[in-house]
Amino acid sequence: MAEKPVAQFWRKIRSVYNIVGTHCKTCGEYYFPPRPVCPNCRRKGELEEYKFKGLGKVYTFSVVRQAPPEFKRQVPYVIAQVELDEGPRLTAQIVNCDPEDVHIGMRVRACFRKIREMGGGGIIVYGYKFEPTMKVTGHNKE
Amino acid sequence: MVGIIGYGVYIPRYRIKTEDIAAVWGEDGPKLAKGLGVYEKSVPGPDEDVATIATEAARNAVKYARIDPKDIGAIYVGSESHPYAVKPTGTIVLEAIDGSHESTCADYEFACKAGTAAIQTCMGLVQSKMIKYGLAIGADTAQGRPGDALEYSAAAGGAAYIIGEDNPVATIETTVSFTTDTPDFWRREGEDFPSHGARFTGEPAYFRHIGSAARLLLEKTNTTIEDYDYFVFHMPNGKFPVNMGRQLGVPKEKLQESLVVRKIGNTYSGSAMIGLARILDIAEPGSKIFAVSYGSGAGSDAFVIRVEKEIEKHRGEVPTVDDYIERKKYVDYATYAKYRRKIKALA
Repeated sequence: MAEKPVAQFWRKIRSVYNIVGTHCKTCGEYYFPPRPVCPNCRRKGELEEYKFKGLGKVYTFSVVRQAPPEFKRQVPYVIAQVELDEGPRLTAQIVNCDPEDVHIGMRVRACFRKIREMGGGGIIVYGYKFEPTMKVTGHNKE
Repeated sequence: MVGIIGYGVYIPRYRIKTEDIAAVWGEDGPKLAKGLGVYEKSVPGPDEDVATIATEAARNAVKYARIDPKDIGAIYVGSESHPYAVKPTGTIVLEAIDGSHESTCADYEFACKAGTAAIQTCMGLVQSKMIKYGLAIGADTAQGRPGDALEYSAAAGGAAYIIGEDNPVATIETTVSFTTDTPDFWRREGEDFPSHGARFTGEPAYFRHIGSAARLLLEKTNTTIEDYDYFVFHMPNGKFPVNMGRQLGVPKEKLQESLVVRKIGNTYSGSAMIGLARILDIAEPGSKIFAVSYGSGAGSDAFVIRVEKEIEKHRGEVPTVDDYIERKKYVDYATYAKYRRKIKALA
């Protein structure tokens, strides 16, 4: 059976797996999703591909308690506007954190998760979500 | 010499206690937990699968190794819970670590030892100069039929190892394998849950294969148990590796540091590889590690690994096994059943 939406997800794999956007060398602005033209500089703009570090903070958020059927398994979950350290804001789910612990300004880092499945036999769409930055301890016995 | 350039692990945040599973099935929880040597197990979130677990572990490994992921020439992902029956998990991992399209990739399946088989493949490719670095991953979101003995241990997690020749953090000195046709545990095509031979999974399966591979390795290297500082055996539960150690004459203290199974359960393809990672997290340079995986069906891969001074320069970059073990949130059986899609009426 031919599956319809394959191409539209495939086209975005590079940008949504690794948060790859663009950076304008003329005005210094960063963009996500990637833009073909810099809206500030227009013809004078010089865009280059830019891989974001994946670090940022919660700008604002909402707790979803009434979800579409395919997301019911995850209720309640958090959808946030994450402001990346380079500037752009993007919408993403916050995971590995209870809804009551999410707060504006919370430091987060990008992680790799399943975004949705196109039914039981369709493709699986992966991409970024964000999680609280993790404590990294030393590698000692204590 | 060929060795581990970097490694990384990932363990999902959710846990369920053995007692809570036992309560649903009318079993004596504390007795069962003690008997199995598994007190709680990791549970993947509803949006986690082998591709996401393998990717998180691989990203940690790349960061730890401080290499350009474009230099990885081969990716092999070992698992028995690949999200697609046809379409390699490794392709998703390759793209998600920003690897090179000019590399080879395939998925492996050999019950719980598919990841160590991937390590051996990468060793061969590196040593024959076909690739600079190989990425070998073992990851699973293991399935256990509700109410079956496996449900108490089937867990989720993964480990990724970058195999190469320049400045390894640990050298892989020797490897041997032991393989037979032993149907102790299997899952037929299209089945949701595996089947097993109950007590048959012990003596003729786990103990015979790990024991044979271990003895073969000691013979090949002309060494004895005393020559090693740490031991890692595959951990289907907390009891089998301890019994295996006893049979081989391994002192308890040389084995216990690797027994992650007690707190996270059996992560299948990730099991022995996470146990090994726990040792690499803490071992002093110069330590010798003796690691043996086991995959039902059945076979074992055994390795002698020497920890190098280089390891000290890489520590602290990424979360350790203990960091992941300690990051946890308990869920009840109903939530676990929902996350693991055991509630079939839900879309």
